[in-house]
Amino acid sequence: MKSDFRARSHPAYWAFAVHRLSGVLLALFLPLHFWALGQALHGEAGLDAFLRWSDQPLVKFAETALVLLLAAHLTGGLRLLALEFLAWRNWQKGLLAAAGGATLAVGLLFLLNL
Amino acid sequence: MTSDGKHSVRTQVLLWTAQRASAVVLAVCVLVHLATVIYAVRNGLSAAELLGRTRGSYGWLGFYAIFVAAVAVHAPIGLRSVLAETFNWRGTGLDITVMAMGLALAAWGLRAVYAVFI
Repeated sequence: MKSDFRARSHPAYWAFAVHRLSGVLLALFLPLHFWALGQALHGEAGLDAFLRWSDQPLVKFAETALVLLLAAHLTGGLRLLALEFLAWRNWQKGLLAAAGGATLAVGLLFLLNL
Repeated sequence: MTSDGKHSVRTQVLLWTAQRASAVVLAVCVLVHLATVIYAVRNGLSAAELLGRTRGSYGWLGFYAIFVAAVAVHAPIGLRSVLAETFNWRGTGLDITVMAMGLALAAWGLRAVYAVFI
């Protein structure tokens, strides 16, 4: 429908979609993250075995994606809090750009340190 | 409005408040976590370095316990909205499912916090 198309071409729709998708993916990742850290219950060697496994390029790629997802969910969430609790509605597009820029900056910082 | 309606509105307000309050806590926790992750990977991750920072540290124990508690509140409420809107799922079954998710996340998360502390 035309109204659906117009709504979905709006940047705020994409901000909503990214926030929702990143939230779901992060929630799915959390049990794996907790399981990995739980390897420390088997001593330093147990955790190190997992960390050596995570040295693979594909896992590094996935880690970078996760950092981007976390940064995107954080900045998208801060944008929502600002919209709901502060009178900044005219700055909406500015906040979207700031959220996107901050997300990419965090991802780049992670990659440069990797 | 029926008593069920009042209950539903009260539940929605409670969930909305919990979601926003946990979001504020998580904003701080995630900023610290991202900064720590970026710092920690600079020379490659090692169990010795990671555990050297967290073992016996009551500061990190408290921080990560708060982090896990906020996640265990925030994630299930978010998933509840996604499940309700995507699958048109409402009612007690949904509430029990997301409550179980929250409890499981809290248990797994606190287990992980304990694992890197002892």
